[in-house]
Amino acid sequence: MRRRSSFSRAVFTGTIVFLFLPLAVLVFYSFNASKSGSWGGFSLRWYVKLFTDSPDLWRAFGNSAIVALGSALVATAIGTLGAVGVNWYRFRLRSYLRTITFLPMILPEIIIGVSLLVFFSGIGLRLGLFTIFVAHVSFNLPFVFLLVLARLEEFDFSIIEAARDLGANDSQTLLRVILPMSMPGIVSGFLTAVTLSLEDFVITFFVTGPGATTLPLYVYSAIRFGVSPVINALSVVMILGTVALTWSMRNFLKYIAAK
Amino acid sequence: MKRGPGSLYAAPSILWLSVFFIAPLFIIVIYSFLTSGPRGGVIWRFTLDAYRAIINPTFAKVTLSTIVVALGSTVVTLLIALPCGYFMARSQKQNVLLLLVIIPFWTNFLIRIYAWIAILGNEGFLNDLLRALGLANDSIRFLYNRWAVALVLVYSYLPYAILPLFSTIDKFDFSLLEAARDLGASKLGAIWRVLLPNIKGGVLTAFLFTFIPIFGAYAVPLLVGGTESYMLGNLIADELTKARNWPLASAISLVITLVTTLGVLLLLRANGTSVLGGGRVENEVGLIAEPAIAEPLVAEPLVAEPAIANGNGT
Repeated sequence: MRRRSSFSRAVFTGTIVFLFLPLAVLVFYSFNASKSGSWGGFSLRWYVKLFTDSPDLWRAFGNSAIVALGSALVATAIGTLGAVGVNWYRFRLRSYLRTITFLPMILPEIIIGVSLLVFFSGIGLRLGLFTIFVAHVSFNLPFVFLLVLARLEEFDFSIIEAARDLGANDSQTLLRVILPMSMPGIVSGFLTAVTLSLEDFVITFFVTGPGATTLPLYVYSAIRFGVSPVINALSVVMILGTVALTWSMRNFLKYIAAK
Repeated sequence: MKRGPGSLYAAPSILWLSVFFIAPLFIIVIYSFLTSGPRGGVIWRFTLDAYRAIINPTFAKVTLSTIVVALGSTVVTLLIALPCGYFMARSQKQNVLLLLVIIPFWTNFLIRIYAWIAILGNEGFLNDLLRALGLANDSIRFLYNRWAVALVLVYSYLPYAILPLFSTIDKFDFSLLEAARDLGASKLGAIWRVLLPNIKGGVLTAFLFTFIPIFGAYAVPLLVGGTESYMLGNLIADELTKARNWPLASAISLVITLVTTLGVLLLLRANGTSVLGGGRVENEVGLIAEPAIAEPLVAEPLVAEPAIANGNGT
């Protein structure tokens, strides 16, 4: 058994090294005392600078947080309702909705960014945090929709019929039956939306306006001005933050699923 | 399935996506046929200028090099991802291995690009190492060429290929491989003739998930590429923000949309609609889960039609 998979084992091991190498280099450099590439001794100065002397960075972080939470909330609300509608009910435009929730996933990001920029300028909307928010809702919505739908597909319509037979009206059925049982899908849809929003660079880059800098945009301009050690420290903090967040998210989802 | 409040529930989604996703796509279709305004924007006068500009040699060269880089990186990605997916599927510790693949993926996209600049840059880790080892005196320029772009693209999209391949191979009945071996097939022969045909769906999904974003790549060639490694995505951005030729930017966007959609359609036609279902990725936390990729492919005509209409216009 062990000998048989030796080739694939070697490729896999190499791949994992390849995937982790850049992150290891970032961690290494984040503790580097000197500003240039070569090693100048261990130091925490870039972390100190990150937390005490980087106001623009934290403003960008604040913008990212606002956009991520706001767009995830709106996308989750709209997308969840849409999934409930598509899964259990028949109505006109049903296949149209399935189509337009699928398309954003096969189109490259740049197409979405460019078409939104052209659209916003066409209708005379000023570019800024609001246009970023609108764009993020648009690309998050399909993900929430599909994740909730995947959860709903595990149940069958008799649940709704049972609720109706017991005298529930449409809104009671929705609030008391459908939403509680689709909660794991809703939560993972919301968290996916937050993640995608925090992560997005390309679409945001096109629809941003003066002063509306998100964290990825900030990192981008920092890179353009050359390698900055503060970005190394930021990277490490972000990696740890994501790991911690994802860890708690997994446990949270497990906890909900167990309930 | 019943009539009921369905249209009420679906209305916000339909409205939002129609206004902020479908309408903008139609607008770039229209813009691609209009005259460029003096400082961005358009003048409402029909012209095929944008399409004439696309077929001139400069653009054709970028288009060609985009296809070469995208196909090359995608193929390399798949060649690495296949054995990885195979190894993961046969392992007893699937969860740990999955986590190992996904954790680097959690890191912000730009940070991952940045990390490669920190490694390959003139003052970067690799040059530092080579100097320390006495293997080089001057810095070697690793960045700002096509190879750097391809390397970072492969790095960025490897998990997109590994995960669908893993989940398809995981469903494969390995006793078939043993049967083939018992019947005298060589190890490679068994993999080629028995495993691969059975995981075709997963391979296609992995191909699409990798090829589409790479074909529309923007940030990677911008940050680690040079002028000769420009891709279509960079061309669009330049036309929008620097040259301010919006019809041309729209027309290039449509070309990308057309190629993407045609690619999806051709692969589906060749293999039957159901195969893409093989790419169902468990929603391992924030990672793109694609439960629905199988079903709504009926959808294509919507994009394909305007795009093909434009193709005729060139």
